[in-house]
Amino acid sequence: MNNLERMKKFHQAKWNEPIIYELSTPGERAVLVPGPCCDCVSTDEALGTLPAGMVRKERANLPEIAQLQLVRHYNHLSQENIGVDGNIDIGQGTCTMKYNPKINDRLAGQPKVADMHPLQPDETAQGILEVFYKTGELFKEISGLDVFSMQPGGGSHGVLALASIVRAYWRDKGEEDKRDEIITTLFSHPADCAVPIVKGYKVTIIPPDEEGYPDIEAFKAALSDRTAAIFFTNPEDTGIFNVRIKEFTRLAHEKGALCCYDQANANGLLGITRTAEANFDMSFFNLHKTFGAPHGCGGPATGMVAARKELRPYLPVPLVEYSPEKGYYLDFDLPKSCGKIKSFWGVAPVVVKAYSWIMALGADGLREVSRVAILNNNYCMKKILAIRGASISFPNHPSRIEQARYSWQQLKEETGFGTADVQRCCADFGTHYWSSHEPFVIPEPFTIEPSESYSKQDIDDYTAVLAEISRMCYEEPEAVKHAPVNSTVHHIDHDYFDDPAKYAITWRAYNKKYTGYFEPKKG
Amino acid sequence: MAKKMFPYIPNSEEKIQREMLDFIGVNSIEDLISDIPEDMRMNHKMALPEPYCDESGLVRHVNGILAKNKTAKELICFLGAGCYNRYVPALVDEVVNRSEFLTAYAGEPYEDHGRFHAMFEYQSMMAELLDMDVCNVPNYDGAQAVGTALRMACRITHRNEVVVPKNINPDTLRAVQTYLQPDVKITFTDYNPKTGRICLDCLKKNLTENAAAVLVMNPNFFGIIEERAQDIADMAHEKGALLVAYVEPSTLGLLTPPSQYGADIACGDIQALGMHMNYGGGVAGFIATKDEPRFVDEYPSRLFGIAPTSEGEWGFGDVLWERTSFANRDHAKEFVGTHAALWGIAAGVYLASMGPQGMKELGEAVLQRQVCLKKNLAGLKGVSLDKFSGTPFQEFVVDFSASGKTVKEINAALLERGILGGYDLGAAFPELEGCALLAVTEQTSADDIKALVSALGEILA
Repeated sequence: MNNLERMKKFHQAKWNEPIIYELSTPGERAVLVPGPCCDCVSTDEALGTLPAGMVRKERANLPEIAQLQLVRHYNHLSQENIGVDGNIDIGQGTCTMKYNPKINDRLAGQPKVADMHPLQPDETAQGILEVFYKTGELFKEISGLDVFSMQPGGGSHGVLALASIVRAYWRDKGEEDKRDEIITTLFSHPADCAVPIVKGYKVTIIPPDEEGYPDIEAFKAALSDRTAAIFFTNPEDTGIFNVRIKEFTRLAHEKGALCCYDQANANGLLGITRTAEANFDMSFFNLHKTFGAPHGCGGPATGMVAARKELRPYLPVPLVEYSPEKGYYLDFDLPKSCGKIKSFWGVAPVVVKAYSWIMALGADGLREVSRVAILNNNYCMKKILAIRGASISFPNHPSRIEQARYSWQQLKEETGFGTADVQRCCADFGTHYWSSHEPFVIPEPFTIEPSESYSKQDIDDYTAVLAEISRMCYEEPEAVKHAPVNSTVHHIDHDYFDDPAKYAITWRAYNKKYTGYFEPKKG
Repeated sequence: MAKKMFPYIPNSEEKIQREMLDFIGVNSIEDLISDIPEDMRMNHKMALPEPYCDESGLVRHVNGILAKNKTAKELICFLGAGCYNRYVPALVDEVVNRSEFLTAYAGEPYEDHGRFHAMFEYQSMMAELLDMDVCNVPNYDGAQAVGTALRMACRITHRNEVVVPKNINPDTLRAVQTYLQPDVKITFTDYNPKTGRICLDCLKKNLTENAAAVLVMNPNFFGIIEERAQDIADMAHEKGALLVAYVEPSTLGLLTPPSQYGADIACGDIQALGMHMNYGGGVAGFIATKDEPRFVDEYPSRLFGIAPTSEGEWGFGDVLWERTSFANRDHAKEFVGTHAALWGIAAGVYLASMGPQGMKELGEAVLQRQVCLKKNLAGLKGVSLDKFSGTPFQEFVVDFSASGKTVKEINAALLERGILGGYDLGAAFPELEGCALLAVTEQTSADDIKALVSALGEILA
């Protein structure tokens, strides 16, 4: 049986798993809590100290389940979830899905990390502070920059830190009111646009030119003495490396603006080119993407910020520093700091994972990561472009860095099926395909990022699935209409998600709106 | 010498690379990046330390560093202040470390159905605990949650000022200040120096019709229950402002949920619901509201809803996707990205493990230990427990100023005896110089209390 045939016989775990409330049996429990610590004070006496109006009158409506039944429920749910370890996850482009070495989870999950309170004296936290500090030291070489903050809790949070640093910088220079504009590009990450708006900036979005590069004439027209900063992703989500990036930073610097690099897509650049070489002042890196920490269904993560030493005073407090006298310590002495971005100091387990990942690979390994990510992507691209109905954005570029944004526009025109239909079909082969690359500037888009973790065979299998789905769209439209049939669930009625009368975001909201399986309540 | 082998990179094998390059039609990987200009190339091999290529070497190296930590469990921990040394049931770790959850990401309902299902259940259980109808997928932390809750209030009321009491967590406040700059004005209001609770007279003076929201932290940073929260809600509502309540969810098995004293938006952090402290990295935020479009429309976060499928199963998906920055870059409600979703699954397992009775007993266990510790400290020379008259729940203020020793000195002496003393309040609250915040959890034992009392007896003698 060839691989495609094998994948055709795939069937995802399907347990018809109830909602947890449907498993509840009054009186059952999975875990007991300790009773009173000693008999110096009875529980009743302690309860008597509470103000009467602040004691909960009715028990919270939580499910009651014994331990085995609860473990089984969550195991069923985990089996109804594929993840990187279960499938070829290259369809989640822009997210750098890759293998996350198991040893990193083990190292970060042990008590020496898990049981540390963030407010412990620095002298008792020398190990974890050393990991933060040394991770920064590694990034000096990886980014070419000088100072680091591990505080942000994800990529968008990293962008928030950058925008906050920009504001603190211009406040310090007395130009906060004058410098009120930020420039980004259409194929930069959504956060590069959405975050500066939260921070009170007027945002200008530079469209691509015919070649797919940010339009330099539009950029020149947007730049002015009001420009506080530019926020550029490179390579952009199209996978195209902006070869004129230094021209953009030169022009921005001429106007006095700060240059912020979004390095969420850095997986193809390690050891090849860096933030420093592109003359950016700051950047962020996703430790949960490029640097080997798993994504955990959407975090916890780290959007580490890196900056030139001149910008150190504006970084979030505290920074992790070292001196022979004090050892490793948290430095709060930054009077011009942009403030805090996150509670405490950052997501320590993710930093441990990233540190371990880099220390397992070294300079040669990091460069090999990028070389293979590029090789895999271009190999995959050639395979996809041979599929009927598929095309690529800005086809004048013969190669891409680590990912590429494609289009099913021709498929849509010829069969009526688009990217959302392909997405449903992919589930029937046990592979993942993310449908969201909005706004749909490229029609019927899909973005594929093979990263270095996937083998040639994986890429052959994945692209064979896409080819088979294309064939089905042309030759077996009925099958496509009914997909998925091998998934955990069948076609979900999306009308229920945008109508306030119909959506139910919790089980209690569902019970208030419906009497049974989506039968509207009367009256 | 053979080329180095990389266990995480299958296609680093030269023969395979050759095959792939031939298929692409280029000679080398270098040809695929030839457009990157020469003056942008790194001109040297990265100067990184020699790697630990074998896993055993890596483990020795990393553990060698981490061994320098002295954990809060190796010591006796009385630190709280927003992160709690709570017991994490084994089944919570079991579930969140399953690789199908751990290695999944944004996903789609058809192949990552389990993730949507688990998160919907988390939202549902949090909503019950909070007595609200809507709860979001976890965001970064409590600070992000309260920052967003206040921005939501501004959008809902079309006002741009928020009233914040001075008895909230200073760490949280600093992040909120960063988040609200530059367009949301914060007006501070005092706490009552006798009770430690929000000063209602001060609030009356500070609350105008410009206010979008009044924030209440309950229990507040001093550990004290804001028992007049309903009065505060009434005052806010009278001026057309919303009440935003920052609550500690682990207390809500026992304490009145925020909706029942008039909170329009509840928010906070779920670290205490099944997350290890992780040096502060076990935090995740929640926001909960009523099920009304004026609230639901204003969430920037993902909200997973339930829906029917063509075959009558439970289906799930994103509610009001167009709110988010994924869909609507420059017209989104704030922004969304990778936050802390896995901790939502953990908190879900935790809440389901405890059930209603467990959450109530948890509250009782914590309260009993707090009262017990306080009772045991009473009468110690140099210790005053009368700084505030308000009722504490799981942490409380201890005034050491009569002892002639600073909190720093006392904590250093406690650490010598293997005890992590309380949070030093003097830096963030100069009026509380000499005071510390001591926290208990259900893990605090009679021996722990005895050790602290005996150590303080020696230190303050």
